[in-house]
Amino acid sequence: MGAVAELGELTILVGRMIRTLPKLHKTLRLTLVQMNEMGVGSLPLVVVTSFFTGGVAAVQAAYQFQGWIPDKFVGSVVGRSVLIELGPVLTGLVVGGRVGASIAAELGTMKVTEQIDALEALAIDSIRYLVLPRFIAGAVMIPVVTIFANALAIFGGLLAAVGSIGMSTGTYIEGLRFFFEMSDVWSGMIKSLVFGAIIALMGCYYGLQTSGGAEGVGRSATRAVVSSCLLILISDYILAEFLFSWLFAE
Amino acid sequence: MSEREIALSVRGVEKSFGRQRVLRGVDLDIYKGESLVIIGPSGCGKSVLLRHLIGLHEPDAGSVHVNGVDIAHMNRSSLYEVRKKFGMLFQNSALFDSMTVGENVAIGLKEHFNLSRAELHKTALVQLDLVGLADAVHKRPSELSGGMRKRVALARTIAMDPEIILYDEPTTGLDPITADVINNLIRSLQKRFHATSITVTHDMVSAYKIADRIAMLHKGQIIYEGSVHEVQTTDNPYVKQFIHGTAEGPVTAA
Repeated sequence: MGAVAELGELTILVGRMIRTLPKLHKTLRLTLVQMNEMGVGSLPLVVVTSFFTGGVAAVQAAYQFQGWIPDKFVGSVVGRSVLIELGPVLTGLVVGGRVGASIAAELGTMKVTEQIDALEALAIDSIRYLVLPRFIAGAVMIPVVTIFANALAIFGGLLAAVGSIGMSTGTYIEGLRFFFEMSDVWSGMIKSLVFGAIIALMGCYYGLQTSGGAEGVGRSATRAVVSSCLLILISDYILAEFLFSWLFAE
Repeated sequence: MSEREIALSVRGVEKSFGRQRVLRGVDLDIYKGESLVIIGPSGCGKSVLLRHLIGLHEPDAGSVHVNGVDIAHMNRSSLYEVRKKFGMLFQNSALFDSMTVGENVAIGLKEHFNLSRAELHKTALVQLDLVGLADAVHKRPSELSGGMRKRVALARTIAMDPEIILYDEPTTGLDPITADVINNLIRSLQKRFHATSITVTHDMVSAYKIADRIAMLHKGQIIYEGSVHEVQTTDNPYVKQFIHGTAEGPVTAA
């Protein structure tokens, strides 16, 4: 299918989903199930990823500062780069892989086994029943997971700074606070909200487009992951422009 | 016969998928309370036709009237209202594997009516009892055999007291004995609820058992309609070849 046609189909899906929003209360329980799956289920993966990301950021910063910039700025660099960039983007990519593939595979299997038709035949709107809960859960839980990821990455940076660079905890925290801006936290949250929406939407879109049995399900899962990763990186650039030269411009 | 009230009326329905023309102007009337069986070789578009009747496909041309209302180009919310009158049994049962058997049976009621958990459970048990599977209420669909899954799907199909029931190849993939159990169930439900039922099948044993009337679909058009007796004694070469299952004749395998 051509890119234009795909964009059209995606727009129709989003349009149909928005029209089901007034019936969100009917899908609340399903949404909570999805939130648990996406949020709590993703934590172990995010803990490991962000902890080491923070550590690496600290070690790299210290290496590049050698003899030129005081150690206390290690904390500043780790803090800001994690809050603005590393936390949201890495969480988006890692959770996007996990959640996007699982949504696409689940909906894809439902599609090829006629379960989605069965829902429709029972007069249940498959978009409200399946897509809306996943979309809401993604847009809410990816930012929540990102908050955990940020905290853990900064903590990982602290451990690396103290353990392998030989800084004191006080110096690291002083640097962290020195350049801290609340707008960094907000911009990271806005980004992760967009990433969460992208991940859920790509999973649902490719899941519902599935045809051709087990092979088709595998193809949909791959497409969901690849497209959400690409869209996260592309939208990250667009958001950076929007957030820092417009919304939080000084 | 012509005095009877028409439940569904299909006029000039055409449908293509890509370059493949599946339905080429289907005309068919289905009377209230009758059991119509649509037969035809694999790939002739039987299931596609069935899916048009409940609005799962939108025709490229033509109309599908349900109780006098055209559903072919209806908006989504009205279509959902019409669908509440339908029940559909899918070829591979299409049970929701994230739910228990009981939840599968009760999902329509749960979504459309304000019922308590206890009431839903009770209704699910009543429906499952009709198909002889009340003790499977807490099981998962994956724990059941193909025949049992089909019976659960049947219980789900009738749970909302449908006026019109669609069966997509109800006996395909089942052993002859289980197939007969399903045929008997369909027949007894028919008698009990007086629902209009439309079955798509290529299983002639099943067709003779559940049909009041049989229609044959070939190359995207209805080429024959008649009672079971008329079908069995017809001179129509297409029907004759199909019901006797011979490779030689005007119908070529898909």
